[in-house]
Amino acid sequence: MSSTTEQEPEHGDVLVAQVEEQLRAPAWTRLLTGSSTFIGLILVGLIVVFSILSYTNFVSASNARNVATDAAVLLVVAVGMTFVIVTAGIDLSVGSVLVFAGVVAARAMHAVGGNSWGTIIVGLLVALGCGLGWGVINGFLISKAKVPALIVTLGTFGMALGFALLITGGVDERSVPFKLVDTIGTGRVGNQVPYLVIIAFAVAAVFAVLLHATRFGRYTFAIGSNEEAARRAGIRVDRHLIKVYALMGMLSGLAGFLSLARFSTTTIGGHSTDNLQAIAAVVIGGTSLFGGVGTLLGTIFGVFIPAVLQNGFVIVGVQPFWQQVAVGAVLILAVYLDQLRRRSEYQR
Amino acid sequence: MNDSPILELRGVSKAFGAVQALYEVDFHVAAGEVMALVGDNGAGKSTLIKCIAGIYSSDSGEILYNGEPVSIHGPKDAAKLGIEVVYQDLALADNLDVVQNMFLGREETTSLRRLDEVDMERRAKETLQTLSVTTIRSVRQTVAGLSGGQRQSVAVAKAVMWNSKVVILDEPTAALGVAQTRQVLDLVRRLGEQGLAVVLVSHNLHDVFEVSDSVTVLRLGQNVAEFKTKETNQTEVVEAITAGKLSKIPGQPAAEVVV
Repeated sequence: MSSTTEQEPEHGDVLVAQVEEQLRAPAWTRLLTGSSTFIGLILVGLIVVFSILSYTNFVSASNARNVATDAAVLLVVAVGMTFVIVTAGIDLSVGSVLVFAGVVAARAMHAVGGNSWGTIIVGLLVALGCGLGWGVINGFLISKAKVPALIVTLGTFGMALGFALLITGGVDERSVPFKLVDTIGTGRVGNQVPYLVIIAFAVAAVFAVLLHATRFGRYTFAIGSNEEAARRAGIRVDRHLIKVYALMGMLSGLAGFLSLARFSTTTIGGHSTDNLQAIAAVVIGGTSLFGGVGTLLGTIFGVFIPAVLQNGFVIVGVQPFWQQVAVGAVLILAVYLDQLRRRSEYQR
Repeated sequence: MNDSPILELRGVSKAFGAVQALYEVDFHVAAGEVMALVGDNGAGKSTLIKCIAGIYSSDSGEILYNGEPVSIHGPKDAAKLGIEVVYQDLALADNLDVVQNMFLGREETTSLRRLDEVDMERRAKETLQTLSVTTIRSVRQTVAGLSGGQRQSVAVAKAVMWNSKVVILDEPTAALGVAQTRQVLDLVRRLGEQGLAVVLVSHNLHDVFEVSDSVTVLRLGQNVAEFKTKETNQTEVVEAITAGKLSKIPGQPAAEVVV
């Protein structure tokens, strides 16, 4: 107790200086403090190690492009998952919602026909709408019906995939407009940076501002930290949770659309572990499963660590199966660090 | 101290089914006055403050604010009048820092709907300074890292920063050690000195005698006594808490029954 009440004047001055430092760039300090810095260093370390082991193959524009393109769709999902986990929730349905949105969007574009931007925009809106719908269902059941998020989203995980299979009869939909594949799917800006990567990072940037610099983001943290306190502060907790899950659903829908553009098919069977990959990325990025703590920058690092590992192992000739082992270990390490942080905070 | 009450309750009753939690309670507090509300467990202290805070609505009786009858149907109504409650379990979000907690639900934004962190931080510091809360080293540290007394200070600062006129503190020292209790009692006294009406709900008569100007005693849902702290002693108050005469006659001022 006495150590917290007494403070030397010199010490106080240093703290004042620190606070003033924060005043100058509060948003940046909040982005850069916490565990995301540490996890960023791990990512940099991995890149350095692979660069040393195989400089010519690993350090090239085309390889960077590969890694980033592989990570782009997952990044969009992980951005939404960051919001969900910051509220101390979870969403297992993302992969199925992604597939469902992709299937319905493909059908819609097929029905409209043609190869114009109009068709593509219809597809995009349909994908976003499908995702939004599932998200609202999730959010409503979680906040109003008080069914645990794990159960609700496990249920919709099965339902969304089931409906996707019912719609297609289990056969992948391949009628995707060429224009979509040629531009968003495989096109590059200035022949260098893939559209997919630009879209994913733009989404991450917009949602980073939403999470860290708006009331919406602040309420997301508050609910994850202490739901009752949030309620007493006049925050409409139920409504906010529905919005968060709706956002998650919409981003899953967007990811479904991007996946459709990239592979020019619906890849129905290819997303059964998207949920776990997204959760792992978010948690590796320093977001606490207990809620109330997390950064979007950390999530970006968390998405790229598995992607870089996968790519690096292939390049240096290690069996790529080691990637799963390594990602598992990093995941456990990340949660352990979160536990350590919590323990040290509550000791006082 | 201004003697005309800023907040006054007249004949407030509240029943939960067959249980008469409050019966014809009169209560008042003036600006600059620290009014202690004491009573045994189940005497109706919590029910009374929840009626004032708008969490419960009373069955009968009236609430006057600045002499005008008002109806309080929810926490927002109370807040609009300038009545703030600091609950025993504080209701702070542990993972948020001091500034974020003080502004929770009432954040300031810039023209682009971005949070105005710089201004919020400045105002939080100013409020803590006017309350002479000096023990919090950085307003950007999370609340989880604060001591019990510091957390209580943040909760009080959060309550008074909205131009509030009446602050209700529910057992503010219940879970605190000696030094922290001292911090909080000093803070309570400063609130009164700054012209706020303070309602201090407490079990601890030592605390009550240290900071309050007046004491209202509740027993079994009725107010059985009211004292000026200077003109009474602990024995008299304990007597009222445990054996104060219950008046079942509506409208009769309780103070006259005892004194």
